[in-house]
Amino acid sequence: MIAVWWTIGALALATAAIKAAGPVLLGGRELPAPTASVIALLAPALLAALVVAETFGHDGRLSVDPRAAGLAAAAMALALRAGVVTVIVVAAVATALTRAALL
Amino acid sequence: MSSSQSQPPTPDPDPEPQSPAASAAEGARAAIPFSLAAVLLGFSFGVLAEPLMGALAAIVMSAIVFAGAAQFAATAVLAAGGGAEAAVAAGVLLNLRFLPMGVAIAPWVRGGRLARGAQGQALVDASWAMAHRGEGRFDTDLLLGATAAQYPAWLGGTVAGVFSGGLVPDPAALGLDAIFPAFFLSLLAAELGNRRAIVVAALAGAIALALAPITPPGVPVIAASAAALIGLRRS
Repeated sequence: MIAVWWTIGALALATAAIKAAGPVLLGGRELPAPTASVIALLAPALLAALVVAETFGHDGRLSVDPRAAGLAAAAMALALRAGVVTVIVVAAVATALTRAALL
Repeated sequence: MSSSQSQPPTPDPDPEPQSPAASAAEGARAAIPFSLAAVLLGFSFGVLAEPLMGALAAIVMSAIVFAGAAQFAATAVLAAGGGAEAAVAAGVLLNLRFLPMGVAIAPWVRGGRLARGAQGQALVDASWAMAHRGEGRFDTDLLLGATAAQYPAWLGGTVAGVFSGGLVPDPAALGLDAIFPAFFLSLLAAELGNRRAIVVAALAGAIALALAPITPPGVPVIAASAAALIGLRRS
């Protein structure tokens, strides 16, 4: 139980420090154009990596499981210009159904 | 900035910045779908964490860590019998992505050091992506509003999950684990407005895919942010 509270406390402090670092150290400053151009591309880079990690990552290895079916369904919903809530629900339902079918 | 007198006046593509309150309200409204997702994810965190750490610790963790992926990862390590160090390391690795996100918003954060650090606490994936106004510009008021809407959703979802009494024995059976990737995919779709963004996204996805089997969770996402260095090339 002590390990749980140590984990919570340390993780909270570390997370706060990570989130504060950029704004505190670099805040309020105009960045040179090349840096700004890199920063503008951080969003697509991080989001694409999050999609891959959250779909195929599994405790430090790759796995294709029902989440992939959910992501494919989400992509189709997006192509049909569905809203974010619809996309999320479609992905969850497709994943749940695929998982149930594979059991 | 070039303006030609002979040209008829064209509508400014970047209208006068709205007031901070209006930006915050826009962020809170735009965050509604993500708040719904946060309720569901918070709920599944509460369900998973309560048997391991008890109701109070699970709720406190959501209140002061407020980072879904890191909480799930740290809890999974503890559940597998890992120590506090391993659990914290897993969570920190996942949260290191807030470092480049913080760098990205840094030029737009106002106030003294303390105020800037406090605003940095509003960094969560969805809010950060929504606050991106394009071309690297960020609206920090929108960021604050969006996060202010998601925080009670995450915390309330956790409380409900903790006291659900195993109502949902397995969040995976409901496909809740697909919510995050689907949500990031919908944010990504909105970012792919130009060819360079598409190339960067493809490269970042490839890096994450290549590193996933050989590095601890969290590392692939951080390493993939290097794909943004393509921005150093003149377009």
